[in-house]
Amino acid sequence: MEQKNNTLLIYTLLYFAFLYIPVLFLPIFSFNDANYMSFPLSGFTTEHYEEMWAKTNLHKALWASIKVGVVASVVSTTIALFAAKAFARYKFRGQNISYGAIMIPFLIPEIILAVAILVIWLSLGFKLGLVPVTLGHILFCTPFAMLILIARIEGFDFSLEEASRDLGENAWGTFYRVSLPLYLPGIIASLLLSFIISFDEFVLAFFLTGSDATLPMYMWAQMRFIQKLPHVLALGAVIIVFTTFIVLLAFWLRNLGQGKEKAEFGIKIHE
Amino acid sequence: MNDSFIQINQISKHFGNVKAVDDVSFQIKEGEFFSLLGPSGCGKTTLLRLLAGFEYPTSGNLLLDGSDITALPPDKRPTNMVFQNYAIFPHINVEKNVQFGLRKLGLTNDEIIKRVKDVLSLVKLEGYEERYSSQLSGGQRQRVALARALVRQPKVLLLDEPLGALDKKLRDEMQLELRTLQKEIGITFVFVTHDQQEAISMSDRVAVMSEGKIQQMSSPNELYKNPQNIFVSDFIGETNFLKAKTDSKDGEYINVNIEDLGLFKIKNNLNISENASDVICSVRPETMMIDKEKSDWDICLQGKIKQTSYLGEMTKFYVETKEIEKIITVSSQYFDNQSFQDGKCFISINLNDISLLNKK
Repeated sequence: MEQKNNTLLIYTLLYFAFLYIPVLFLPIFSFNDANYMSFPLSGFTTEHYEEMWAKTNLHKALWASIKVGVVASVVSTTIALFAAKAFARYKFRGQNISYGAIMIPFLIPEIILAVAILVIWLSLGFKLGLVPVTLGHILFCTPFAMLILIARIEGFDFSLEEASRDLGENAWGTFYRVSLPLYLPGIIASLLLSFIISFDEFVLAFFLTGSDATLPMYMWAQMRFIQKLPHVLALGAVIIVFTTFIVLLAFWLRNLGQGKEKAEFGIKIHE
Repeated sequence: MNDSFIQINQISKHFGNVKAVDDVSFQIKEGEFFSLLGPSGCGKTTLLRLLAGFEYPTSGNLLLDGSDITALPPDKRPTNMVFQNYAIFPHINVEKNVQFGLRKLGLTNDEIIKRVKDVLSLVKLEGYEERYSSQLSGGQRQRVALARALVRQPKVLLLDEPLGALDKKLRDEMQLELRTLQKEIGITFVFVTHDQQEAISMSDRVAVMSEGKIQQMSSPNELYKNPQNIFVSDFIGETNFLKAKTDSKDGEYINVNIEDLGLFKIKNNLNISENASDVICSVRPETMMIDKEKSDWDICLQGKIKQTSYLGEMTKFYVETKEIEKIITVSSQYFDNQSFQDGKCFISINLNDISLLNKK
């Protein structure tokens, strides 16, 4: 038995090393006082971070990414909420097919999705920019949002909604006073994850941005010049920390109130 | 009191090919404790949900206190429901749960506070205002559900098997309490249950349902003493069925040829006039007598006890007789299985205790 536990422990450690060692190089080199990513480290500095902060193009790209991410996450979460509710609440004809249809963007290679949107968008005579990127991100984020929200809404006691109707609330009042507060952890988790997926997304942005770069596009452009590498490393380190925080928050929220603690949990959106 | 407070007129509800409720018509009196009783899938819950507005009938209409509510959504009906699983909102505390339905009634703050306070004291939940559903026992949740519905002062309270999830002792207590509460506040209760003992002990009237239809609707006593058909007789309490054929009519009585036993004059409670029609005689186990000695009752048969079950307040005997093919169930308060030597016994029946049932 002891033997077996050790093997599992070693396996687990190797697995985490494989996952995280490459990622850890980024923050390490971002504090290294050199333009190259190589050992030995030559000294500690924060100047790459200062340099990063001073780039106005970066600010522009960051702002573009945030705009795209917010719109994409809100729209895809809204679409996914209605769909997830329908899937969890009702049995209807064509349920499996429509479920599959929503999930397919999840499985199609992104580059194909990107090329398809590009072709259609240009043939309709529109200009490239953040709008097609946002549309592409909505398409791409919706399946993720669906998975999260279905997990939350499945097993929801729908007699709570009937009770609310019975107690004099109409459909909207019921949604606002009962359904929304109970779905809220799932909705927030879905918003956060969709935002992160959009924020990190490169392939769709590469094809569709035109001249308005998103943050990953900006990084891609910077990496062609060796002297610009260090501040991209700094930026990368910041993004890793930020992303990790958001994802952990999302998972914490998604699990919040499920299982034993379910009934005790409540988000008050009105008094 | 309004005798046709709730009017259910030719209501049918079909789900696809299934006729959950099949052309049902009856009326419920104001202030009545009315039960819908039947096995699962008999349509009782569908009927209750039709009254609440969660389902709309395929045909027929519903009147409450003279006005047509058939097409009204649940939030526009003067009815409130206690759900089977209570459906207490988990994200708000007891007080907020009880207040939930008062928002749209246009009450002042003081009125709201008073109503909540009064109803919580009515269901004996003072001091639990701050609790959440997860911090309550099954019985307490049931009280919250009751308070939440009653605080709106509905014309009708609908209860969907509200005692089903409680253990036996608590269930008995709550039965008594619900009954007392109903008498106290005088609101019409429509109570759905599959538990015949529950329906009988609490209700003014009971409608027994099966396969979407009402089999019999009467007072609990009438239901037990005078079942209209085999289904009701079998569903309410326990009974012995004996096959028989009718013979000549004799005023209020009719001569019946009970299989293997002979000709007997029995009260013609079904108003049967034809000769030679197949009927069933039903005899309740507790109306029979079991003894060591022969008796002078109308029918007395010698038998042998095949099996006994001791139930505390009484003992049930399963007796085999020479005359009747089936095993007869007799219950007695006075004897237990030690009273009979080698299981030898006599069972006696009074003709008054035999009720006739139509063979389906």
